[in-house]
Amino acid sequence: MSRYRVSVHIVPRKGILDPQGKAVADALHTLGFRDVEDARIGRHVVLDVAARTPDAAGDAVRQMCERLLANPVTEDYEIARVEGLS
Amino acid sequence: MKFGVVTFPGSNCDYDAFHAVADVLGEHAVYLWHKDHDLQGVDVVILPGGFSYGDYLRAGAIARFSPIMREVAAHARRGGPVLAVCNGFQIACEAGLLPGALLRNASLSFLGQFVRVRVENTDTMFTNRYAPGQILRIPIAHGEGRFTADEDTLNRLEGEGRVAFRYVNAAGGLDAESNPNGSQRAIAGIVSAEGNVMGLMPHPERAVESLVGSNDGLGIFQSMLARVSA
Repeated sequence: MSRYRVSVHIVPRKGILDPQGKAVADALHTLGFRDVEDARIGRHVVLDVAARTPDAAGDAVRQMCERLLANPVTEDYEIARVEGLS
Repeated sequence: MKFGVVTFPGSNCDYDAFHAVADVLGEHAVYLWHKDHDLQGVDVVILPGGFSYGDYLRAGAIARFSPIMREVAAHARRGGPVLAVCNGFQIACEAGLLPGALLRNASLSFLGQFVRVRVENTDTMFTNRYAPGQILRIPIAHGEGRFTADEDTLNRLEGEGRVAFRYVNAAGGLDAESNPNGSQRAIAGIVSAEGNVMGLMPHPERAVESLVGSNDGLGIFQSMLARVSA
Protein backbone atom coordinates (compact mmCIF):
# COMPACT_ATOMS: atom_id res chain seq x y z
CA MET A 1 0.00 0.00 0.00
CA SER A 2 1.15 3.53 -0.76
CA ARG A 3 0.00 6.74 0.84
CA TYR A 4 -1.74 9.48 -1.05
CA ARG A 5 -2.93 12.95 -0.22
CA VAL A 6 -6.33 13.54 -1.80
CA SER A 7 -7.85 17.01 -2.00
CA VAL A 8 -11.56 17.36 -2.62
CA HIS A 9 -13.65 20.45 -3.31
CA ILE A 10 -17.24 20.50 -2.08
CA VAL A 11 -19.41 23.40 -3.22
CA PRO A 12 -23.11 24.29 -3.09
CA ARG A 13 -24.80 23.05 -6.24
CA LYS A 14 -25.39 25.61 -8.94
CA GLY A 15 -28.90 27.02 -8.67
CA ILE A 16 -29.07 26.60 -4.91
CA LEU A 17 -28.98 29.92 -3.08
CA ASP A 18 -25.59 30.35 -1.42
CA PRO A 19 -25.99 33.42 0.80
CA GLN A 20 -22.32 33.32 1.81
CA GLY A 21 -21.21 33.30 -1.80
CA LYS A 22 -23.65 36.08 -2.63
CA ALA A 23 -22.38 38.24 0.26
CA VAL A 24 -18.79 37.72 -0.88
CA ALA A 25 -19.66 38.49 -4.52
CA ASP A 26 -21.42 41.68 -3.40
CA ALA A 27 -18.37 42.68 -1.34
CA LEU A 28 -16.08 42.05 -4.30
CA HIS A 29 -18.30 44.24 -6.49
CA THR A 30 -18.09 46.98 -3.86
CA LEU A 31 -14.30 46.71 -3.98
CA GLY A 32 -14.42 47.26 -7.73
CA PHE A 33 -14.06 43.68 -8.93
CA ARG A 34 -16.97 44.11 -11.27
CA ASP A 35 -16.07 41.10 -13.42
CA VAL A 36 -17.10 38.65 -10.70
CA GLU A 37 -20.26 36.99 -11.97
CA ASP A 38 -20.76 34.37 -9.28
CA ALA A 39 -19.15 33.18 -6.07
CA ARG A 40 -19.87 30.00 -4.19
CA ILE A 41 -18.34 29.11 -0.87
CA GLY A 42 -17.73 25.49 -0.02
CA ARG A 43 -15.20 23.28 1.72
CA HIS A 44 -11.78 22.01 0.82
CA VAL A 45 -10.99 18.70 2.50
CA VAL A 46 -7.53 17.13 2.48
CA LEU A 47 -7.30 13.43 3.31
CA ASP A 48 -4.23 11.23 3.67
CA VAL A 49 -5.22 7.72 2.71
CA ALA A 50 -3.49 4.42 2.16
CA ALA A 51 -4.28 2.84 -1.21
CA ARG A 52 -2.71 0.63 -3.86
CA THR A 53 -2.90 3.20 -6.66
CA PRO A 54 -3.78 6.89 -7.10
CA ASP A 55 -7.04 5.83 -8.78
CA ALA A 56 -7.94 3.64 -5.83
CA ALA A 57 -7.27 6.55 -3.47
CA GLY A 58 -9.53 8.78 -5.57
CA ASP A 59 -12.26 6.13 -5.67
CA ALA A 60 -12.13 5.73 -1.90
CA VAL A 61 -12.54 9.47 -1.40
CA ARG A 62 -15.42 9.55 -3.89
CA GLN A 63 -17.20 6.98 -1.71
CA MET A 64 -16.48 9.11 1.35
CA CYS A 65 -18.05 12.08 -0.42
CA GLU A 66 -21.15 10.07 -1.33
CA ARG A 67 -21.65 8.85 2.21
CA LEU A 68 -20.52 11.72 4.42
CA LEU A 69 -18.38 14.53 3.09
CA ALA A 70 -20.94 15.99 0.66
CA ASN A 71 -24.71 16.25 0.90
CA PRO A 72 -26.07 14.74 -2.33
CA VAL A 73 -29.17 16.96 -2.09
CA THR A 74 -27.37 20.28 -2.17
CA GLU A 75 -23.67 19.89 -2.92
CA ASP A 76 -21.35 18.85 -5.70
CA TYR A 77 -17.86 17.52 -5.12
CA GLU A 78 -14.79 17.20 -7.22
CA ILE A 79 -11.51 15.43 -6.55
CA ALA A 80 -9.11 18.30 -7.08
CA ARG A 81 -5.81 16.50 -6.66
CA VAL A 82 -4.24 13.15 -5.76
CA GLU A 83 -0.56 13.26 -4.87
CA GLY A 84 1.73 10.50 -3.69
CA LEU A 85 3.24 10.76 -0.22
CA SER A 86 6.57 9.21 0.58
CA MET B 1 -47.30 6.17 26.34
CA LYS B 2 -43.52 6.09 26.43
CA PHE B 3 -41.38 8.76 24.74
CA GLY B 4 -37.64 8.44 24.19
CA VAL B 5 -35.54 11.59 23.86
CA VAL B 6 -32.19 10.98 22.19
CA THR B 7 -29.20 12.80 23.66
CA PHE B 8 -26.36 13.36 21.21
CA PRO B 9 -23.15 15.10 22.25
CA GLY B 10 -24.18 18.73 21.83
CA SER B 11 -27.95 18.25 22.17
CA ASN B 12 -29.35 21.09 24.27
CA CYS B 13 -33.12 20.75 23.92
CA ASP B 14 -33.34 17.21 25.27
CA TYR B 15 -34.28 18.44 28.75
CA ASP B 16 -36.96 20.73 27.32
CA ALA B 17 -38.43 17.85 25.29
CA PHE B 18 -38.32 15.58 28.34
CA HIS B 19 -40.03 18.29 30.42
CA ALA B 20 -42.75 18.79 27.80
CA VAL B 21 -43.54 15.07 27.74
CA ALA B 22 -43.10 14.15 31.40
CA ASP B 23 -44.21 17.27 33.27
CA VAL B 24 -46.66 18.97 30.93
CA LEU B 25 -48.13 16.09 28.96
CA GLY B 26 -47.88 13.76 31.96
CA GLU B 27 -46.53 10.81 29.99
CA HIS B 28 -43.54 8.56 30.54
CA ALA B 29 -40.24 9.85 29.13
CA VAL B 30 -36.74 8.38 29.06
CA TYR B 31 -33.43 9.63 27.70
CA LEU B 32 -31.79 7.52 25.02
CA TRP B 33 -28.01 7.77 24.86
CA HIS B 34 -26.52 8.20 21.37
CA LYS B 35 -24.09 5.33 21.88
CA ASP B 36 -26.76 2.84 22.90
CA HIS B 37 -28.47 0.38 20.60
CA ASP B 38 -31.60 0.09 22.74
CA LEU B 39 -34.76 2.15 22.32
CA GLN B 40 -36.02 0.81 25.68
CA GLY B 41 -39.38 -0.05 24.16
CA VAL B 42 -40.45 3.55 23.56
CA ASP B 43 -43.50 4.30 21.42
CA VAL B 44 -42.21 7.65 20.15
CA VAL B 45 -38.66 8.82 19.46
CA ILE B 46 -37.82 12.52 19.75
CA LEU B 47 -34.69 13.81 18.03
CA PRO B 48 -34.16 17.07 19.92
CA GLY B 49 -32.56 20.38 19.04
CA GLY B 50 -28.99 21.38 19.71
CA PHE B 51 -25.64 21.38 18.01
CA SER B 52 -24.80 17.70 17.80
CA TYR B 53 -21.10 17.18 17.13
CA GLY B 54 -20.69 20.96 17.03
CA ASP B 55 -22.47 21.05 13.66
CA TYR B 56 -19.11 19.99 12.21
CA LEU B 57 -19.08 19.33 8.46
CA ARG B 58 -22.86 19.99 8.16
CA ALA B 59 -25.53 20.21 10.82
CA GLY B 60 -26.63 16.65 11.58
CA ALA B 61 -24.14 15.01 9.21
CA ILE B 62 -22.17 13.21 11.90
CA ALA B 63 -24.99 12.55 14.38
CA ARG B 64 -26.81 10.52 11.76
CA PHE B 65 -24.10 7.86 12.07
CA SER B 66 -24.49 7.61 15.85
CA PRO B 67 -25.12 4.02 17.00
CA ILE B 68 -28.67 4.82 18.20
CA MET B 69 -29.65 6.11 14.75
CA ARG B 70 -29.66 2.58 13.36
CA GLU B 71 -32.41 1.70 15.84
CA VAL B 72 -34.22 4.98 15.21
CA ALA B 73 -34.25 4.24 11.46
CA ALA B 74 -35.55 0.71 12.09
CA HIS B 75 -38.25 2.13 14.40
CA ALA B 76 -39.25 4.58 11.63
CA ARG B 77 -39.33 1.77 9.04
CA ARG B 78 -41.72 -0.14 11.30
CA GLY B 79 -44.01 2.90 11.27
CA GLY B 80 -42.95 4.14 14.69
CA PRO B 81 -43.41 7.87 15.25
CA VAL B 82 -40.35 10.13 15.19
CA LEU B 83 -40.58 13.82 16.08
CA ALA B 84 -37.49 15.62 14.80
CA VAL B 85 -37.06 19.18 16.02
CA CYS B 86 -34.52 21.71 14.73
CA ASN B 87 -31.16 19.89 14.88
CA GLY B 88 -33.25 16.71 14.98
CA PHE B 89 -34.83 17.77 11.66
CA GLN B 90 -31.35 18.33 10.23
CA ILE B 91 -30.28 14.88 11.45
CA ALA B 92 -33.43 13.25 10.03
CA CYS B 93 -32.77 14.81 6.61
CA GLU B 94 -29.13 13.73 6.67
CA ALA B 95 -30.25 10.23 7.62
CA GLY B 96 -32.72 10.09 4.73
CA LEU B 97 -35.74 9.77 7.04
CA LEU B 98 -37.04 12.98 5.48
CA PRO B 99 -36.32 14.54 2.08
CA GLY B 100 -34.45 17.77 1.48
CA ALA B 101 -31.82 19.62 3.46
CA LEU B 102 -31.57 22.56 5.84
CA LEU B 103 -29.07 25.16 4.72
CA ARG B 104 -27.65 28.34 6.18
CA ASN B 105 -30.34 30.96 6.81
CA ALA B 106 -30.61 33.29 3.82
CA SER B 107 -29.79 36.22 6.12
CA LEU B 108 -26.66 34.41 7.36
CA SER B 109 -27.80 35.29 10.89
CA PHE B 110 -28.60 32.93 13.73
CA LEU B 111 -32.27 33.56 14.57
CA GLY B 112 -33.76 33.16 18.04
CA GLN B 113 -37.29 34.55 18.03
CA PHE B 114 -40.97 33.72 18.02
CA VAL B 115 -42.41 33.02 14.59
CA ARG B 116 -45.87 32.25 13.31
CA VAL B 117 -46.57 29.04 11.46
CA ARG B 118 -49.78 27.91 9.82
CA VAL B 119 -51.02 24.35 10.19
CA GLU B 120 -51.22 23.11 6.61
CA ASN B 121 -52.51 19.60 7.19
CA THR B 122 -54.39 18.44 10.28
CA ASP B 123 -54.63 14.85 9.07
CA THR B 124 -51.27 13.72 10.47
CA MET B 125 -50.37 12.01 13.71
CA PHE B 126 -48.58 15.21 14.76
CA THR B 127 -51.20 17.83 13.92
CA ASN B 128 -54.65 16.25 14.40
CA ARG B 129 -55.42 18.35 17.48
CA TYR B 130 -55.13 21.61 15.56
CA ALA B 131 -57.72 23.32 13.39
CA PRO B 132 -57.03 23.60 9.64
CA GLY B 133 -55.17 26.84 8.96
CA GLN B 134 -54.62 27.49 12.66
CA ILE B 135 -51.77 29.91 13.30
CA LEU B 136 -49.29 28.95 16.02
CA ARG B 137 -46.71 31.11 17.77
CA ILE B 138 -43.63 28.97 18.37
CA PRO B 139 -39.99 29.98 18.81
CA ILE B 140 -37.16 29.20 16.43
CA ALA B 141 -33.46 29.11 17.32
CA HIS B 142 -31.25 28.16 14.42
CA GLY B 143 -28.59 29.27 11.99
CA GLU B 144 -29.29 26.60 9.40
CA GLY B 145 -33.01 26.23 8.84
CA ARG B 146 -33.57 27.11 5.20
CA PHE B 147 -35.51 24.12 3.89
CA THR B 148 -34.24 23.22 0.44
CA ALA B 149 -35.19 20.47 -1.98
CA ASP B 150 -35.46 20.09 -5.74
CA GLU B 151 -38.67 21.16 -7.51
CA ASP B 152 -39.95 17.59 -7.94
CA THR B 153 -39.57 16.91 -4.24
CA LEU B 154 -41.27 20.18 -3.30
CA ASN B 155 -44.17 19.45 -5.64
CA ARG B 156 -44.49 15.94 -4.27
CA LEU B 157 -44.47 17.19 -0.66
CA GLU B 158 -47.23 19.67 -1.45
CA GLY B 159 -49.22 17.26 -3.63
CA GLU B 160 -49.20 14.57 -0.96
CA GLY B 161 -50.15 16.96 1.84
CA ARG B 162 -46.82 16.44 3.54
CA VAL B 163 -46.15 20.11 4.27
CA ALA B 164 -47.25 20.29 7.91
CA PHE B 165 -46.34 23.90 8.72
CA ARG B 166 -45.52 27.05 6.80
CA TYR B 167 -44.11 30.35 8.07
CA VAL B 168 -46.80 33.05 7.82
CA ASN B 169 -47.55 36.60 8.93
CA ALA B 170 -50.05 37.59 11.63
CA ALA B 171 -52.89 37.43 9.13
CA GLY B 172 -51.90 33.93 8.09
CA GLY B 173 -50.54 35.02 4.72
CA LEU B 174 -47.23 34.25 3.08
CA ASP B 175 -44.64 36.95 2.56
CA ALA B 176 -40.87 37.14 2.42
CA GLU B 177 -40.58 38.99 5.72
CA SER B 178 -42.39 36.25 7.62
CA ASN B 179 -40.18 33.51 6.18
CA PRO B 180 -37.33 33.94 8.67
CA ASN B 181 -34.71 31.74 7.04
CA GLY B 182 -35.69 31.86 3.37
CA SER B 183 -37.08 28.32 3.26
CA GLN B 184 -38.38 27.25 -0.11
CA ARG B 185 -42.16 27.70 -0.26
CA ALA B 186 -41.95 28.93 3.37
CA ILE B 187 -41.82 25.33 4.60
CA ALA B 188 -41.31 25.05 8.36
CA GLY B 189 -42.20 21.39 8.85
CA ILE B 190 -42.84 18.26 6.79
CA VAL B 191 -43.84 14.65 7.32
CA SER B 192 -42.44 11.50 5.72
CA ALA B 193 -44.24 9.63 2.93
CA GLU B 194 -45.64 7.17 5.48
CA GLY B 195 -46.60 10.03 7.78
CA ASN B 196 -44.80 8.74 10.87
CA VAL B 197 -41.75 11.04 10.83
CA MET B 198 -42.16 14.77 11.26
CA GLY B 199 -39.36 17.32 11.06
CA LEU B 200 -39.79 20.98 11.91
CA MET B 201 -37.44 23.86 12.66
CA PRO B 202 -39.63 25.64 15.28
CA HIS B 203 -39.41 24.30 18.82
CA PRO B 204 -42.81 23.00 20.01
CA GLU B 205 -41.20 21.76 23.26
CA ARG B 206 -40.39 25.39 24.13
CA ALA B 207 -44.02 26.42 23.69
CA VAL B 208 -45.95 24.13 26.02
CA GLU B 209 -46.75 26.53 28.87
CA SER B 210 -48.29 29.99 28.67
CA LEU B 211 -45.81 31.03 31.39
CA VAL B 212 -43.06 31.09 28.76
CA GLY B 213 -45.10 32.98 26.18
CA SER B 214 -46.99 30.28 24.31
CA ASN B 215 -48.43 26.82 24.69
CA ASP B 216 -49.18 26.48 20.99
CA GLY B 217 -46.66 23.64 20.64
CA LEU B 218 -48.45 21.37 23.05
CA GLY B 219 -50.89 20.29 20.35
CA ILE B 220 -48.14 18.35 18.59
CA PHE B 221 -47.56 16.22 21.67
CA GLN B 222 -51.30 15.86 22.31
CA SER B 223 -51.80 14.85 18.68
CA MET B 224 -49.26 12.04 19.00
CA LEU B 225 -50.89 10.93 22.23
CA ALA B 226 -54.33 10.88 20.61
CA ARG B 227 -53.17 8.97 17.53
CA VAL B 228 -50.54 6.60 18.85
CA SER B 229 -52.39 5.44 21.94
CA ALA B 230 -55.68 5.11 20.01
